[in-house]
Amino acid sequence: MIGIFFVALTALCCLIIVALVAVILGDIAWFGWGSLNLQFLLTAPQQGMTEGGIFPAIFGTVFLVLLMTIAVIPLGVMTAIYLHEYAPRKSMVIRWIRLAIENLAGVPAIVFGLFGLGFFIEFVGRGIDRIFLDGQLAFGQPAIIWAALTLALLTLPTVVVATEEALRAIPVSHREVAYSLGATRLQMVRRVVLPQAVGGILTGGILAVSRGAGEVAPILFTGAAYFLPYLPNKLNDQFMELGYHIYVLATQSPDVEKTKPILYSTVFVLLVLTFALNFTAIWIRSRIRRRLRAEK
Amino acid sequence: MSISSLEARELNLYYGNFHALKNVTVRIAEHAITSIIGPSGCGKSTLLRVFNRMNDLIATVRVTGQVLMHGRDIYSRQLDTASLRKRVGMVFQRPNPFPLSIFENVAYGPKIHALVEKHELAELVANSLKKTGLWEQLKDKLNDSALSLPPEQQQRLCISRLLATEPEVLLMDEPCSALDPIATAKIEELMLELKDKYTIVIVTHNMQQAARISDFTAFMLLGELLEFDSTSAIFTNPQHPKTQDYVTGRFG
Repeated sequence: MIGIFFVALTALCCLIIVALVAVILGDIAWFGWGSLNLQFLLTAPQQGMTEGGIFPAIFGTVFLVLLMTIAVIPLGVMTAIYLHEYAPRKSMVIRWIRLAIENLAGVPAIVFGLFGLGFFIEFVGRGIDRIFLDGQLAFGQPAIIWAALTLALLTLPTVVVATEEALRAIPVSHREVAYSLGATRLQMVRRVVLPQAVGGILTGGILAVSRGAGEVAPILFTGAAYFLPYLPNKLNDQFMELGYHIYVLATQSPDVEKTKPILYSTVFVLLVLTFALNFTAIWIRSRIRRRLRAEK
Repeated sequence: MSISSLEARELNLYYGNFHALKNVTVRIAEHAITSIIGPSGCGKSTLLRVFNRMNDLIATVRVTGQVLMHGRDIYSRQLDTASLRKRVGMVFQRPNPFPLSIFENVAYGPKIHALVEKHELAELVANSLKKTGLWEQLKDKLNDSALSLPPEQQQRLCISRLLATEPEVLLMDEPCSALDPIATAKIEELMLELKDKYTIVIVTHNMQQAARISDFTAFMLLGELLEFDSTSAIFTNPQHPKTQDYVTGRFG
């Protein structure tokens, strides 16, 4: 009797989760689909955001995430290569680095935002202005480059962990052969390890992008703008971003009722974007796993 | 005995506290096949891996004594292990081509050592494949994945890859143990062809194989080199009773 009750209880819990996801997605798709059209994707907000589209926010998101990727992939991949290929096993330093990466993954996003403001804008940006620009204000203010770097820090653990996983999957025999042919460690890493790890690195990159594209807190103080009449075209421009735009539409709009259809469609676009990225990552990863199994 | 190319003198090797090679002294003849036989765990693979310092990859390894190649200590601090391994190459127990094309596998060594100009690479790859008898079968599918080949061809490919690096010594660690008897016979034939140009050291579990192909045989037991002589002497007139027991199949 108790057994059946327990089964029912656990099943119910699962049902709640599935139902929740279904309701959220269904609601957004239902109301979001209506006002979604090419016009919406390709024009700027108008009439105090109660009309028009979200093109600047899409553009800003893509630009932001692109800059973030350029920063996070080399840093994350190099870190993973050092940890897995070069660092002495079980040393104290390695344990500290790993601990740091794990903790980085646990830091709340808003703290990254504040860090970005304090470090990148106040310290680095102002420093650049003082040293190179005679104190003229250029980089010492919120800008897309600082927002991108802040997001890069946030997504760094994702890239490191995914790359390390890919490095671990490369058979020892391949490393041994490379050494036995007289390869130096660098040649081994460059020509044997990295080519085989590309898939894993790609997966990590995509996961980082999909995570970064959805975060608002880190860019709140570091560069996202409420509304901009122009598109960002310099590294120290501010920018509009989908996640932040949703926040603005939902809370800061002069007429919340009128913006509702636009809000729904914007959420829909953001969800489709991140889901598409996630599914691509999963697809690449499963392909790599299949290939690795085939080799064993 | 002919000129020696490799030589170990009073060699001791430890894995942590485990004494894996005990006072081994051996001279490997040039352009001949030397086989190392003995029961599992006797240290034969460890001895083989001393000659290209592959044991260095294990963190806890400690070596005392001398290992000489043409009279020069290969464990000296000045020696660069990468250049040693270029001269002393290795074929492993399981065929282990890289997950690359056939061409790229063979081209790997020449590329990292910058052995030839770009336009000569194809010729070097072709020659290396010819040396192992693979060229005729594979010349039209050099861009296929090496992993698509059957095991025997994979092992031949691994040997081609090694030859392309232009080594002097070939260390073979039970190169036929993953192959069927027909494939084994073909690889053995290949080794006999190769010994004119290369010094070959082979570790094998298969005593018939040692008897068939090698000129010299070393018998190892529990980390010691019990007996080393011409293959015919080891198999027809062993001096040590343990050697006699092993080659007649009384233990192993």
